[in-house]
Amino acid sequence: MHGLLSEYLPIIVFIALAAVIGIVLLVAPFLVAYKSPDPEKLSAYECGFNAFDDARMKFDVRFYLVSILFIIFDLEVAFLFPWAVAFGTIGWFGFWSMMIFLGVLTVGFVYEWKKGALEWD
Amino acid sequence: MSVFWADYLWPLIIIVAESLLMMVVLLIIIAYILYADRKIWAAVQMRRGPNVVGPWGLFQSFADFIKFALKEAVIPASADKVIFLLAPLLSVTVAISAWAVIPVASGWVISDINVGVLYIMAISSLGVYGTIMGGWASNSKYPFLSALRAAAQMVSYEVSIGFVIITVLLCAGSLNLSDIVKAQAHHGLATSLGVPWLAFLNWYWLPLFPMFVIFFISALAETNRPPFDLAEAESELVAGFMVEYGSTPYVMFMLSEYVAIALQCSMATILFMGGWLPPFDFAPFTWVPGIVWFTLKALLVFFMVAMAKAMVPRYRYDQLMRLGWKVFLPISLGMVVVVAGVLKVTGWAP
Amino acid sequence: MIVQAIFFYIFAAVLVGSAFAVVSARNPVHSVLFLILAFFNAAGLFVLMGAEFLAMLLVVVYVGAVAVLFLFVVMMLDVDFAELRRGGLDYLPIGTVIGGLLLVEMLMVVGGWVLDPTLIGKGASPVAAASTNVAAIGALLYTKYVFFFQAAGLVLLVAMIGAIVLTLRHKPFVKRQNVADQVARGPATSIEFVSVETGKGI
Repeated sequence: MHGLLSEYLPIIVFIALAAVIGIVLLVAPFLVAYKSPDPEKLSAYECGFNAFDDARMKFDVRFYLVSILFIIFDLEVAFLFPWAVAFGTIGWFGFWSMMIFLGVLTVGFVYEWKKGALEWD
Repeated sequence: MSVFWADYLWPLIIIVAESLLMMVVLLIIIAYILYADRKIWAAVQMRRGPNVVGPWGLFQSFADFIKFALKEAVIPASADKVIFLLAPLLSVTVAISAWAVIPVASGWVISDINVGVLYIMAISSLGVYGTIMGGWASNSKYPFLSALRAAAQMVSYEVSIGFVIITVLLCAGSLNLSDIVKAQAHHGLATSLGVPWLAFLNWYWLPLFPMFVIFFISALAETNRPPFDLAEAESELVAGFMVEYGSTPYVMFMLSEYVAIALQCSMATILFMGGWLPPFDFAPFTWVPGIVWFTLKALLVFFMVAMAKAMVPRYRYDQLMRLGWKVFLPISLGMVVVVAGVLKVTGWAP
Repeated sequence: MIVQAIFFYIFAAVLVGSAFAVVSARNPVHSVLFLILAFFNAAGLFVLMGAEFLAMLLVVVYVGAVAVLFLFVVMMLDVDFAELRRGGLDYLPIGTVIGGLLLVEMLMVVGGWVLDPTLIGKGASPVAAASTNVAAIGALLYTKYVFFFQAAGLVLLVAMIGAIVLTLRHKPFVKRQNVADQVARGPATSIEFVSVETGKGI
């Protein structure tokens, strides 16, 4: 094994072992614990009455907006990672090119702030 | 045959042994972190906390675990059964997996990959799936609302954590976690001031103090800790996405939450508090092994987390979103520009 | 080398299998979860090629952000998927065209490789072999490919504005907390001293 792959094999093994621990924990009560299910016990939790209908319902579009904005800012952060690592070598040109990029996105941020997209009501 | 043994089997055995050691130690520490959390909370409220099982209640977490494992595991009739069981499994696997790249002392790491910071970000962005899947698969009203809240909350604060990490990377110049710690060893504020023995001034917590504060608070929000535990606000949502869970599936959510908190404490230690480095660069302090310093620092951060739980009242959802998007995001974005500018003008960039 | 090959076949097989499950699963939530599995295996393939930075970004951006949005949409939007499926055949012509285009493109890539195996590396900029993935990208993206980089920024800006224009609706009569006003409020603006004569009231 060489270089890069020898670094990733331990991670795969580690994740696999973590999954094994999880599976052991998950099946333990099904093997050792007492079981006596009844319809009341298996019904969805509700306070004092039977649940009216399916719990899945429509939602405020704001939650989608938050996750779309998150994608955009996450990409912005993704662009910043190589820049931060290569910061010492790319000189003033690289510095200003990132500042322009951030400036453009700040325009978008100001727009969403002014539009009230960040308000939660 | 001997080539096969030397090239594949023996390294594999070593990897498995290292990983198991790491996980066992981690899980024992988590058991005591849980205990410490309850004790600190109790002490703030002038109670005694757990004190019955074992001396001073030291075996409380283990007793709790055995009790949970012997309880009936209920799967609600209306639930999507596969996803319902997959959610806690995913949570716990993901939470533990992140520890594969955490350097607990110089060279003591399962895998020292070049993109360690990104690996941590990737893994911790997966944490949200356990919550969403658990909340949705339960097919019950409260878990569903909670999953929605938790997901929006976690993604909102991940952005500011990203910007905070960028400022540290600008100073350290590497994505490798060990290199980030080593970058805090020999140059920094203390060296510039001519007092290199005060090594703790070299670490990034002081020059990047606002970022440290933002990281700490965002980490609380990211792991659904009080005061940001809106996902399990018991007065509104009973217990959040975990309402329908019992027995070990519940324990697995609990475990992954605490493992994630411990991870954020370690990340704060690595990024801002010099990882395994001793706080003073002279004799009695440099003799102490690095893992002791690492653990002590991570526990110090955890103590602050526990105190925050004890002292700060819960946020309202609109306040939470305002803090994330309108306060932390602009401040951290601005600090990225400021830090980059200062490093460029002074020529301190690595 | 053999380990690499084993992992390649595992990742590739799971990737193709879960990609198939994405389109064949009955429940859309299961589809998205299979999609996440597919992203993961694609990240594994990136790592096998040595592109660790891209592998991590794939997980951070696609699994950590894009798939969350997908999951939100299919879980919370009350879409009648049986209804949608019934009209599925209407999309067959355009689907065939896109599939055909993809097939032609892939054949072109394979054909180029058959003619000249070194062709694929020719368009790339040479970088110092010793540096890491991330440093290599960083050294080129912000200087040599600056226009592409700025174009990406503009695309993100358009996406941000587009998302707001399409989804933002304000509810009328919402009272909001203004933290700045609350903090600015002091004794001078909120307390008034009144001397009241006995038996008179204000």
